[in-house]
Amino acid sequence: MQALYAQLLVGLINGSFYALLSLGLAVIFGMLNIINFAHGALYMMGAFCAYFLLNIAGIGYWPALIVAPIVVGIFGMILERTMLKWLSGLDHLYGLLLTFGLALIIQGVFQNYFGSSGLPYAIPDELKGGMNLGFMFLPIYRGWVVIFSLIVCLLTWYLIERTRLGANLRAATENPTLVRAFGINVPRMITLTYGLGVGLAALAGVLSAPINQVRPLMGADLIIVVFAVVVIGGMGSIMGSIITGFALGVIEGLTKYFYPEASNTVVFVLMVLVLLVKPSGLTGRTT
Amino acid sequence: MKTRIAALLLGTALSFAAANTAFAQDKTIKIGALSDQSGLYADLGGPGSTLAAQMAVEDSGMVAKGWKIDIISGDHQNKPDIGVNVARQWFDVDKVDVIVDVPNSGVALAVSNLVKEKNGVFLDSGAGTSDLTNAQCTPNTIHWTYDTYTLAHGTGSALAKGGGDSWFFLTADYAFGAALERDTTSAVQAAGGKILGGVKHPLNTADFSSFLLQAQASKAKVIGLANAGGDTTNSIKQAAEFGIVSGGQKLAALLLFITDVHSLGLATAQGLSFTETFYWDANDQSRAFAKRFQERMKNKGMPTMVHAGVYSSLLHYFKALEALGGNPHDGAKIVAKMKELPTDDQLFGKGSIQPNGRKIHPAYLFEVKKPSESKMPWDYYKLVATIPTEEAFTPLDKSTCPLLKK
Repeated sequence: MQALYAQLLVGLINGSFYALLSLGLAVIFGMLNIINFAHGALYMMGAFCAYFLLNIAGIGYWPALIVAPIVVGIFGMILERTMLKWLSGLDHLYGLLLTFGLALIIQGVFQNYFGSSGLPYAIPDELKGGMNLGFMFLPIYRGWVVIFSLIVCLLTWYLIERTRLGANLRAATENPTLVRAFGINVPRMITLTYGLGVGLAALAGVLSAPINQVRPLMGADLIIVVFAVVVIGGMGSIMGSIITGFALGVIEGLTKYFYPEASNTVVFVLMVLVLLVKPSGLTGRTT
Repeated sequence: MKTRIAALLLGTALSFAAANTAFAQDKTIKIGALSDQSGLYADLGGPGSTLAAQMAVEDSGMVAKGWKIDIISGDHQNKPDIGVNVARQWFDVDKVDVIVDVPNSGVALAVSNLVKEKNGVFLDSGAGTSDLTNAQCTPNTIHWTYDTYTLAHGTGSALAKGGGDSWFFLTADYAFGAALERDTTSAVQAAGGKILGGVKHPLNTADFSSFLLQAQASKAKVIGLANAGGDTTNSIKQAAEFGIVSGGQKLAALLLFITDVHSLGLATAQGLSFTETFYWDANDQSRAFAKRFQERMKNKGMPTMVHAGVYSSLLHYFKALEALGGNPHDGAKIVAKMKELPTDDQLFGKGSIQPNGRKIHPAYLFEVKKPSESKMPWDYYKLVATIPTEEAFTPLDKSTCPLLKK
């Protein structure tokens, strides 16, 4: 039974990465109608950005938590302005293909210079060590990841669903022409939203750097699972993707305990089941 | 009548002789470097193996002697079906003579069967499974660098004899992991240790915390990592995080490459003991090779033992072809010649190839240095013990290779 608690907690930790990443995807899909396949590559760029900040500029983990998402977010906004913008109004498939191609290029460039095994990034001193919870040894850093990402997720949800800015944003998705008539700069808002989604991915990248190796393919391995999370939660649903992210982390954790061989596939089995029963996802709206 | 038959026989003999010289004058070779070019094994094999093959061609001086040698490379993506398809196309369309590297035991076993069917040559360096020269051996395959027996008897025995008498395995769920766990289990048991359990994880896993918690709960003295590449580095890094080593359990990284140590950093990797058959900083020849290799590598990495194996196995292959006077494009014949000639190269020293296709040479038990002991970049290993050739590989009388039962 003790072991089970430990697995639940570990699942929650992984779930927080799923939640952060799927949240970014949901924001981008909900507001821009783009299926952002470059999300994994941008997550990886966040981790690399933290690595560069530390090893070239001597800037540590805490500033990196803010700087890396901003830097990568700006990179994302440039992508949006120069490429994605031209695809608005076209079929989803175009955005998907473009971002997928971008992901391959970005990963290829990083792999060319840094190889595939990755680079080390140490846990910041303040969060080193762990505590004994009785049923398990919890590394403090992992506890921090869960709490911090939960806060970020809820803040993002609040921003989009409960503030005036979020209301404008949602209105702009529904009817851009009308929102423009109120004197709101819709293209700029869209660009900033994409930057926000990308920034969330980069933030997840910085958070994961001390846990995983900083590897060019770290995002490619994760992005497929995260897409499954988004599909299960319902494309574009903010709260849906947060809850599904955490829940699937836990389910995956339990699978690793009861039947480890299936831990890579359990998410997809669930996805198939959900699609069969409720094609719009657990919390999705049918449009 | 008699003279006629004699003339006929003479004619046939002459035409055979003519055919033989025609073969002998064929001085073309096509090499296929098949590897994981972009996944978790790409740094230990991948583009570095293609480079090692190029260096072997240049250093052999074969081109100056009138040989024409081409190298092509391919990505098997760690999937046996893709690996076999690439290899099949290489044999059927591109007329490849020899396939080198092929990390990932699952792919290597599948490719080995195909190479036998096509009567090509397979010089495996990257894969670990000892089955390649045991139950699944073929007259066309030579397994060059190391195998799971070497790792088990190097690291496994050393740790078991050093007091690590209870083990728990974290095993990559495919051919290599299974072979490594099996070989290590027998080595540990032979040294008086016992196995408390294990867990199989999917290949290319990012998060090991669930598995590590199970290993921690087992209270085993040693946690054996029967995995490789990115899986091993992630296990080691996360084991440190969960306080496994500071809690008194010891990690046995059964297969660790220099690129893995580089990726982990000495602060995390220090103190790990493991077995390899090549280290770049071992002697003047290996240093000279490593320096040339590093300069040409895009990510400026040092050669792993897999890269060294690709290089020296190809040099020996060229030696056999020269002895044959040309390329007969007959894999079994070339491999037989390679087994007949003693091996001697700058990276692995003097050695030989057993009838089952196993190249044998000494192996080394290394320990990762502390950060304070490392004098320069890539100065990572400390030699603990040399494992003599006869202990490093499966003894011939214990090999289950069908080729030996003649």
